[in-house]
Amino acid sequence: MTGFSIWWAALVNTAMASGGSFMPPQGTAIAADVDNLYRFLLIASAISCFILLGGMVFFVLKYRRKTANDKTPYISHNSFLEFLWSFIPFVIFMIVFVWGWRVYHDMRAMPENAFEVHVVAKQWAWDFQYKSGKTTTNEFVVPVGMPVKLIMTSKDVLHSFFIPSMRIKQDVVPGRYTTLWFNAEKLGDYHVFCTEYCGAAHSQMLARMKVVSQEDFEVWLQENEAEMTLAERGKKAVNTLGCVACHSVDGSMKVGPSWKGLWGAKAHALEEGTVDVDENYIRESILQPAAKVVKGYPKGAMPPYQGQVSEEQLQAIIEYMKSL
Amino acid sequence: MASTHATDTNYINEFPGIWSWLTSLDHKRIGLMYMISILFFFFVGGIMAMLIRLELFNPGAMFDGNTYNQVLTYHGAIMVFMVIVPGIPAILGNFFLPLHIGAKDVAFPRLNLLSWYVFMAGAALAVSTMFLNKIDTGWTFYTPYSLKTGTSVIVMVLAAFIMGMSSILTGLNFIVTVHKLRAPGMTMGRMPLFVWAIYSTAILQVLATPVLAITLLLIAAERLFGVGIFDPALGGDPVLFQHFFWFYSHPAVYIMILPAMGIVSEIITTFARKTIFGYTAIAMSSLGIAAVSFIVWGHHMFVSGQSEAAGVLFSFITMLVGVPTAIKMFNWLATLYRGSISFQSPMLFALGFLFLFAIGGVTGIMLAVIGLDVHFHDTYFVVAHFHYVMVGGTLMALVGGFYYWFPKMFGKMYSESAAILSWILIFIGFNVTFFPQFVLGSMGMPRRYADYLPEFTSLNQISSIGAWMIGLGFLVALYVIIQGLLKGEKAPDNPWGSKTLEWTIQSPPVHHNFDTEPIVTAGPYEYR
Repeated sequence: MTGFSIWWAALVNTAMASGGSFMPPQGTAIAADVDNLYRFLLIASAISCFILLGGMVFFVLKYRRKTANDKTPYISHNSFLEFLWSFIPFVIFMIVFVWGWRVYHDMRAMPENAFEVHVVAKQWAWDFQYKSGKTTTNEFVVPVGMPVKLIMTSKDVLHSFFIPSMRIKQDVVPGRYTTLWFNAEKLGDYHVFCTEYCGAAHSQMLARMKVVSQEDFEVWLQENEAEMTLAERGKKAVNTLGCVACHSVDGSMKVGPSWKGLWGAKAHALEEGTVDVDENYIRESILQPAAKVVKGYPKGAMPPYQGQVSEEQLQAIIEYMKSL
Repeated sequence: MASTHATDTNYINEFPGIWSWLTSLDHKRIGLMYMISILFFFFVGGIMAMLIRLELFNPGAMFDGNTYNQVLTYHGAIMVFMVIVPGIPAILGNFFLPLHIGAKDVAFPRLNLLSWYVFMAGAALAVSTMFLNKIDTGWTFYTPYSLKTGTSVIVMVLAAFIMGMSSILTGLNFIVTVHKLRAPGMTMGRMPLFVWAIYSTAILQVLATPVLAITLLLIAAERLFGVGIFDPALGGDPVLFQHFFWFYSHPAVYIMILPAMGIVSEIITTFARKTIFGYTAIAMSSLGIAAVSFIVWGHHMFVSGQSEAAGVLFSFITMLVGVPTAIKMFNWLATLYRGSISFQSPMLFALGFLFLFAIGGVTGIMLAVIGLDVHFHDTYFVVAHFHYVMVGGTLMALVGGFYYWFPKMFGKMYSESAAILSWILIFIGFNVTFFPQFVLGSMGMPRRYADYLPEFTSLNQISSIGAWMIGLGFLVALYVIIQGLLKGEKAPDNPWGSKTLEWTIQSPPVHHNFDTEPIVTAGPYEYR
């Protein structure tokens, strides 16, 4: 249970840092607005529940049955009271409605000078395309203090782009573009989740968002792939292609087998027979995964990558696997 | 008024043999047939829930992503289409609606039996997919995933279509029964609030379900014949599906909760021994909720890509649902005032309902606030909210209603101490399971995740422990029912001292319910 107590301590920290609301760290000014609204609702709800449930507990204790023949007064209704408990909730609902509308309006009003990034969602990875021509997968780097607008679409099914710390979320729909914007105020690393159910590896469809300084961002945009080692390029390719959603590199079980210790394995068990893991086996397993299926894994879970991977990428990936 | 019926003949023993049950037109027997089938489906759906929580105690130890998604889909689909939607109307509504209004049966007894067979056919089809090619779309069948996934979606949507047909037939039957079969003197204003709730539900069933049926057929047509309706690859619009789906499924939420509110009104008046406070307001708020529920579907789609104007409008209308709901809550509270309150097990479940529904209600308002919903949408906050309403609300009321009417249905009393134990386990277990999920949602954990980040571990494990408490609580409740049936003492005609009509006849009732047609001269809650 030590793991449990560590995460318990982390939870308490989250509670303290968020002032008891358990909302993630605020990454934008709008996040602070959302949290203020939430805090108001929490307090209003606590008071309502206290009146309702406190009243209920008080009444059931005070008016508990004393004798088998208790008589009760016949109270059919009270128009004034009923007006009060219709009207007061209505007023509160209208306040939070208008407040929520205003916050939402700020979220949706796209600034004109925003830095645009194009996003393509696919089962099960996020592709980002920057105007400089740089492309990344599951690695979303943005400059601090500058409005960033995302123009998003999907290759296959519905996905949803969610950055908890920015308090924003938008479904990503195939066949059309949806947009989103935020202005990150603090440097740091943030989670990006897919929040629309999209199949087997839905919960692995995560991206890492890095908010960096404007200077670092410029440097990052210019980073050149030619300076990478072959294995580094392979690592980048498996991220780009989304392989890591289903294959771990640390031996843990995901939708597909882990790559750790895979390279060079002799007599690797398949559904039918065995295989020695060499360059040609890996090549075949990427391009036509159904040809030789590892024992215990479903056939057809992985789509064939024939035509989607370049020869250079294949060699880089094989080199990367050797390094694991 | 005690029963003068001196014989031991009743609806259960009057006609022997399984065949007499399978061909019975008696609304009470049909209610029991629904009870047995729905209890079985509840057990299956409950096992799925346990498997989900077991997997999330230690992600990856038991299931891969595909298996988890299948388990999650069957949990949702079974619980929604085969337990919570039909649950209260088909079991307790069937049994008590005619008794409540002093009728001999429902208006169309044959149609009533047909509804059961149609329901069972649909349910059998749904369950059969578990042995064919398990579906993994979630109970919502969102397109285009449901058009692309290689699982038996067509069979499942046809099953939901058929069960929807049963729901329509039952609703139609109840509407006509309420209008045409009330006993002399039973004006609409003297109907028990349970009848008002079932009546409002029936209107929703008849008007909303056809839209679901059409939508599901469109999915089948698209999959079978490649007609481009929802799939963008064929020129369709996946968001259109969500509009169609929630146009049914939001009213369906009230199909699930309104009958529960009816039960709560019955139990609270009986165990507070006091007339209901604001009869008209509660009855009309049922109809009001039913009416408004047709125009709030877009609040499921705040981040789907619908326009800002549409989102804001739906947010506004959703707030309006909060008003009649608040009226009901405060009226129940006012009913307790100066009552004579006893804490028997049905009352504990009704009070539990108020407690859990209050939390479900205020979190519902939070989700209706559009700027806040953007963060909470599709996170565990939503999961916690609707379980507070559906399980904390509907299931608590259903179990409370079972305990309340058990003596009338079977003529036996059950073990009160075991029933109270089941309440303690379910009530505490429920909060242990679902309250942490509000926190998980606030922290940003998305729903339908087979695996999660390490920071979500502790709360997920607490939640899983709570699930086992709920499971144990329902097993105790099952024991209460079985023990009561086998060894329960003979129940008097009116063990709780209630005032509605079903308690004026013998327990269990005879086949034709009332020996002489009752003549009603007063309202349903004349505790003076």
